[in-house]
Amino acid sequence: MAHGPAKGIGRWLFTTNHKDIGTMYLWFSFSMFFLGGFFAMVIRAELFAPGMQLVDPNFFNQMTTMHGLVMVFGAIMPAFVGLANWMIPLQIGAPDMALPRMNNLSFWILPCAFIVLASTLFMEGGAPNFGWTFYAPLSTTYAPASVNYFIFALHIMGASSIMGSINIIATILNMRAPGMTLMKMPMFAWTWLITAFLLVAVMPVLAGAVTMILMDINFGTSFFDAAGGGDPVLFQHVFWFFGHPEVYIIILPAFGVISAIIPTFSRKPLFGYSSMVYATAAIAFLSFIVWAHHMFTVGMPIAGELYFMYATMLIAVPTGVKVFNWVTTMFRGSISLETPMLFAIAFVILFTIGGFTGVMLALAPADIQYHDTYFVVAHFHYVMVAGAVFSGTGAVYYWLPKWCGRMYNEALGKVQFWLAFIGFNIAFFPQHFLGLAGMPRRYADYSLQFADWNMVSSVGAFMYGAAQVLLLYNVLSTVIAGKKVTEPKTWEGAEGLEWTVPTPAPYHTFTTPPEVK
Amino acid sequence: MATAVHKTLIKLSVGAVVMFAFAMFAMPPLYTMFCEVTGIGINTGEPYVATEAGIDESRTVRVQFVTTNNAEMPWQFAPSIHEVRVHPGEPTPVTFWAHNTTDNDMVGQAIPNVAPFNAAQYFHKTECFCFNNQPLAAGEKADLPLVFIVDPDLPPAVKTITLSYTMFDITDRQSGGPVAATTN
Repeated sequence: MAHGPAKGIGRWLFTTNHKDIGTMYLWFSFSMFFLGGFFAMVIRAELFAPGMQLVDPNFFNQMTTMHGLVMVFGAIMPAFVGLANWMIPLQIGAPDMALPRMNNLSFWILPCAFIVLASTLFMEGGAPNFGWTFYAPLSTTYAPASVNYFIFALHIMGASSIMGSINIIATILNMRAPGMTLMKMPMFAWTWLITAFLLVAVMPVLAGAVTMILMDINFGTSFFDAAGGGDPVLFQHVFWFFGHPEVYIIILPAFGVISAIIPTFSRKPLFGYSSMVYATAAIAFLSFIVWAHHMFTVGMPIAGELYFMYATMLIAVPTGVKVFNWVTTMFRGSISLETPMLFAIAFVILFTIGGFTGVMLALAPADIQYHDTYFVVAHFHYVMVAGAVFSGTGAVYYWLPKWCGRMYNEALGKVQFWLAFIGFNIAFFPQHFLGLAGMPRRYADYSLQFADWNMVSSVGAFMYGAAQVLLLYNVLSTVIAGKKVTEPKTWEGAEGLEWTVPTPAPYHTFTTPPEVK
Repeated sequence: MATAVHKTLIKLSVGAVVMFAFAMFAMPPLYTMFCEVTGIGINTGEPYVATEAGIDESRTVRVQFVTTNNAEMPWQFAPSIHEVRVHPGEPTPVTFWAHNTTDNDMVGQAIPNVAPFNAAQYFHKTECFCFNNQPLAAGEKADLPLVFIVDPDLPPAVKTITLSYTMFDITDRQSGGPVAATTN
């Protein structure tokens, strides 16, 4: 009965098929990952040695800003939306997403947003240079003229994100197969359900923040301008009220992916499924009440510092529950180390390191010392890169055979993993030392005592960059010429509805809903 | 099912709009309220009526004066003395001076701030140029008086208080009276 995809470019422009849209999200995210990665290479090349080498400081600031924006909003978030589009209907037994036309719209406005954002690099005065956190007054009084394009891009991107999230919630709440109760859903669907609620709650707050910036710049308001009775510190509160949930928006779907991969390759069901669900919900709730731990140095009352410190440290409890559950799932499992599992295990180890440095940073008195140093940079790259990106890479290896019916090159996958793992740690572990020694972040130059570790860090960053080129090669060669696979279950230990459909997944699946016992 | 999906869509869209409105219209006033309640950057712009609390000779507190010009304010503005040592309860007069270096008549407004913030409520001004705005004609210079009292209840841990003034150019806003008090 099912008709196949349309021919030509029209298939992609007008598609309402969740698999096509998922594929486009993933390729878009991959291309943004390389763009943001290129910016990172410029940063690390400049910091390879002390003194000014390649770029002027203003351009360096544009690179750090654009790297952050492109990676957070262009690479990581769309990657997980792409995975959600592909996998959630397959995992819950739905024929498609609940709102397929909105799905098309929410994808296609995304490239528009990033074309607008990237075009600022070629404008007079340059791209945004105020850091991805765009604190006022850097983003108002002292901003380059391109700030208005940045605001517009963020608005479009936010609209895309909100539509995507509404779609995911509507799909999960309304389109599950008969018998698929909420507590039978795979963890990936659960983490995305909670993430989508976070997105609907905080993306409008980001839109509010950029709108206030826009009005301060162009319409004479003084939300963040002390001369008119406003307060720049207010900006930081609004921004982090969005920004802290945002970091969990990035990591929660990654948790879902890891909760799928580890049981498969341990050949055991996920340990503590319901505690995983409650821990995810607890993390989401806590994310709303801890935002000011990003601002311990702005001059808060001691009671505020104490409250935000303890509330933040509380997050270690549900996060610890998750880490212990993953470890317990592996315990006495029949483990095999295919590439997705390598990425998952690396995720657990490195994310835990990032979690620990997070607890260190949660301590207000210690944070006053670490604030705005490379220690913070190391911390959030351990959770964002070794967390979200490793998980996303693992997900690509894990589901790629299901997507295209071809097996990737396992040996190349393992080489890619080790290059990424070693490169990542060489790049970012020394940044802990640099930060503790007092090297501030977001500068194009540094004092001589920081030279050695910066050189090591740059070498590691180039290695990590090379690993991504290898990933691209591996994915392309798989899609074009990989060994064909046809069994529905690619991995012997895999469980779930997505492994009951043929491989490669046909254009239309679950047109008659499956029975879930 | 389609109606159920649309109900979800409408509920979530309304939720998103409410959150946008919350950020734009509720967070700024809530923040101002929060600062007032907790006493962060208590606005020490209100005149204080001295009470007969007596002078605590046993204690000496350093009071430092700092001045800044807000962006694009061209005046010269500085304290005549950068630091005084006072006993709590003792009214102390000091002066600041300002010079309008431009060829235009201008109006300035100095906004005070006290650090550390837990000293703010114990730093009283009985007389201050900052209670009003400061009109200066082109090229005019003026001494700006301040009389302050450090409250004897000042927490013992506070040994140094810094009073900082930021001078704002409010010439354009003169029709509307002095600038609104800031929270910080």
